[in-house]
Formats: sequence, C-alpha cells, structure tokens
Amino acid sequence: MRKLSQIAVPVGALVVFAILWEALVWANGWPDYVMASPSDLPQAYARFWELFLTGAWQTLWRTVAGLLIAVVMGLILGMAMGFSRIARDALYPLLVGFNAIPKATLVPVLALLFIGQHDFNTVLMAALISFFPIAVSVGIGLSTLEPEYRDILAALGASKFTIFRKIALPKTLPEFFGALKVSVTLAFIGTNLVEIVSPHGKGLGALFLSGQTNSNYPLMFAVLIALAVLGIVLYYAVVFLERTFAGWAERTG
Amino acid sequence: MTDFLSIRGVRHAYATEAGPLPVLDGLDLSVPEGRFCAVVGPSGCGKSTLTRLVAGLMRPDEGEVWLDGAKVTSPRKSVGMAFQNPVLLEWRTILDNVILPLEIVDPGMSRRNRVARAEALLDMVGLSGFEDKRPSELSGGMRQRASLCRSIVHKPSVLIMDEPFGALDAFTREDLWQTMRSLKAAEPFTAVLITHDLRESVFLGDQVVVLSGRPARTQHVLDVDLPEDRDIDTLYTPEAGEMLHTLREEIRIAQGRGTEAA
Repeated sequence: MRKLSQIAVPVGALVVFAILWEALVWANGWPDYVMASPSDLPQAYARFWELFLTGAWQTLWRTVAGLLIAVVMGLILGMAMGFSRIARDALYPLLVGFNAIPKATLVPVLALLFIGQHDFNTVLMAALISFFPIAVSVGIGLSTLEPEYRDILAALGASKFTIFRKIALPKTLPEFFGALKVSVTLAFIGTNLVEIVSPHGKGLGALFLSGQTNSNYPLMFAVLIALAVLGIVLYYAVVFLERTFAGWAERTG
Repeated sequence: MTDFLSIRGVRHAYATEAGPLPVLDGLDLSVPEGRFCAVVGPSGCGKSTLTRLVAGLMRPDEGEVWLDGAKVTSPRKSVGMAFQNPVLLEWRTILDNVILPLEIVDPGMSRRNRVARAEALLDMVGLSGFEDKRPSELSGGMRQRASLCRSIVHKPSVLIMDEPFGALDAFTREDLWQTMRSLKAAEPFTAVLITHDLRESVFLGDQVVVLSGRPARTQHVLDVDLPEDRDIDTLYTPEAGEMLHTLREEIRIAQGRGTEAA
C-alpha cells in the first residue's frame, strides 16, 4: 500500500501538472510559438526520436563524467580544508570567488584554451560548475568533527588515516550526498550551457538550439521535458546511492 | 615507582590570546594497580586536561606521567577512554561499535572472537538482545552502557573516564554506578574517573582526589574505607556521610582558592 502510493503520488502530480499546462494553453488560445502544450510533444518525440536518443546519451555521459571529476575535486579540496586551517583560510576566498563567476563567461575561455575539444570542454564545465557544494560540505563535515570522535581512536594510537577511514569519512557521508544532490543539477546546467552556447554543439542542448533556429517550438519544449526527465533520473540515482551507503542517517518513523 | 599510574609535579598551560593560561600547577596523583581513583574538583579546574595527559594525547609542559613502569609520551593501546558524550558511531550497530577498538588494537583477532568478547560485555551491562540496534534506537543510559563496553573491550590496563555519567538523570546514573562496579569486579583495569558528583566518587572510588581550583594541584586525597560490596544504601551509612562531608568541605576550600586566584 505504501509502496503503491510512493509511485502513484508523484505520477499523479505529473499528470495533474500536464493537465493544468494543457488547460492553460487552451484557455489562452496560445499558438505553439508562444507556448507549446503537452499534446504537441508526442509528435515531436516521434519525429526526432533518434536525435533525442543520441542527444540524451551525449548529455548524460558528459554530465556524469563531469560529476565524477567534481566528486574527486570536491573530495580533495574538502579534505584539505577539513584537515588544515591554513588550507581553509587560503582556499575559501579563492573558491568563493571562482564560484561567483557566471559560468557562461567561461565557455569562450575554455573554447580557446582547448580548441576543438568539445567533449572535454563540456565535461570540464560540468565539473567546474558542480564541485563547489561538495568541497564546502566535505570541508565543513570534517572540520566540525567533535574531538571526542577522534579521541576514541587516537587514544589507542590509531593513525590519522585510520581515523579518517573509520570515523571522519563515514560521518561526513550524509553531508556529501546532500551536496551531491545539488551538484547533479548544477552539472546538468554546465553540460547544457556548453551544448547551447558553443557552436556545433552536441547533445540535447544542441537539439534545443536547432529547434530554435528552425522555429520548431514543440521540439524546444520537448527538449526541456527530456532534460527534466534526465535530471530526475540522475537525482534518484544519487538518492539510491545515498540509501545504500548512508542509509543509517535516515531516521525511521 | 611502585604505583601503576603515577603523575608527578605536572604543570600545564594553554596558550591563549591573553597569554598562557595555567590549568594544572603541581598535580600529583598515584594509583596502585587495579584500584579505582575518582578525581573531583571545581568546574573548569583542568580535569579534562588530566584525562588527555594520562591517555598520552598531549604532553605536560612540566612533570611526568608514568603508566605501568613506562613514561607516557604518546597514546598506547593499553588505554580505554569514556566520555560524557557516549560518541557511538551512528553507522554501526551496537555490537560493531563495541568491537571498534579491537579493530585497531588487535587486527588479527577473528571476527568470531571479537563478537564473543563484545557480546559477553554487553550481556554484563544488560544490553543482551540490543546487539543489532543502532545507537539512535537506544536510551541515553543504554548508549552510555554500550560506550563503557567499548572502552574496555580491548582489555585496557587503565580506563580513563571523563564524567561518563554526567548527562544522565539521577536514577539512571545510580544504575550505571552499579554496572560500573560489577564491570570493575569482572575486569582487571585500573580506573581514573573524573566527576562532579561527590556521591559518585565515594560510591565508585577506592580513593578520591580533590583538585584545587584552576590552576589545579592535588589538594586532598581521601581513602574510601567502605566495604567492597557496596550498594546505594552504603551511601547512607554514617561512614559514607562523614566522607561526603569531608569532600564537600575540601571542595568549598578549593572553590575559595579558585576565586582568590581569579
């Protein structure tokens, strides 16, 4: 019963959303170049399904690759900031400053740095835009570890690495996954940004752009919905990993 | 040198922005093997610093800490520690929390032997049947029981406790005192207990050391001359009452000193 409602409730919400959207377009009598309605979408998917599949795959793998790099970068920076006061003082302003730069401005910079490396640039952008939450949360998780947690093993002469592996790392996992959920969405934005802004792009972003050039408005909306679906899939993949590795942090009841 | 744990002339100061803040100044303490030493003193008199010194987690500016015939300069496997906060690891079951020190101290020990040792201790403190629970599923008193099991699972020669019962309600605390006494009877460790509770110090201790206000030095040592077989009623005997009164008086003097110094 509970399992059923866990699926039925979000699906029902999607249906209600689609009906409201459809009704809004109908009631206002908007043509599809103002706003496409859900009923326009199936034919867009039917016509361009091959492009959607290849585009979705390109977008997905580059986002995931970028996210993996972001995880590694975030963990390394977070560990440095979590364990060393000096690293924390040195890195924080740099990271905050970097994070404040609108990432769209980096697209031409990266394009010039790595000319023609479209895949590489896209993956790099996804990583650059999404590592920040991971670095900060891991850093805070490690630096706020209560001394007693360290002492239960330190008093036995355990090495710093053992303390990290047995205490600090698992204790920081809930914060890490919280940040990863934010980073997933950010990595998507990074991938799409490059796909849309850079010429001769690939992936769903490029498909969106071609919809725009050809004034195919239902196609553009269909791309947006496809992006949303990919985002949901990746998000729940992270939720699944979180349940597997940090399920203990979830209180029952 | 005959004493198992001996602290001699220890001085220690913390560096603060307003200059060095002395917390220990001429601390002497000696505990024979297998005895239980309770340490009481006014708030903020450096008692927690004392635990870290004995554990080898820090070194005193001056003076020496000796344990089992060797000078303490670094942490050692033969030490157990328990704190006011039970600090159980939420991602481990109660059983695996208790096992944790064995993973460090004796990596070669088989899982079966580890489990057997942990289960025996959990049984002794009345936590049989809770092995597979998460810490969050236990009450505060039960968590502290599990924490005590963890602190002695590796058969340390000395157990250092920093107000382990301080956050519990009065009745749970008295239950835990009894548990502590039965653990002490069954296990061979020498114990140092930091506490604010004079009744606790008399009930558990073979000797009670009163520290003066900060910077702390040894002000008074009281030998607790009560029968080994104690229950809560023992605290209401005239002998215990007299000891408590003496300790209360010493604390009053200690507080007075602390105020004068400050």
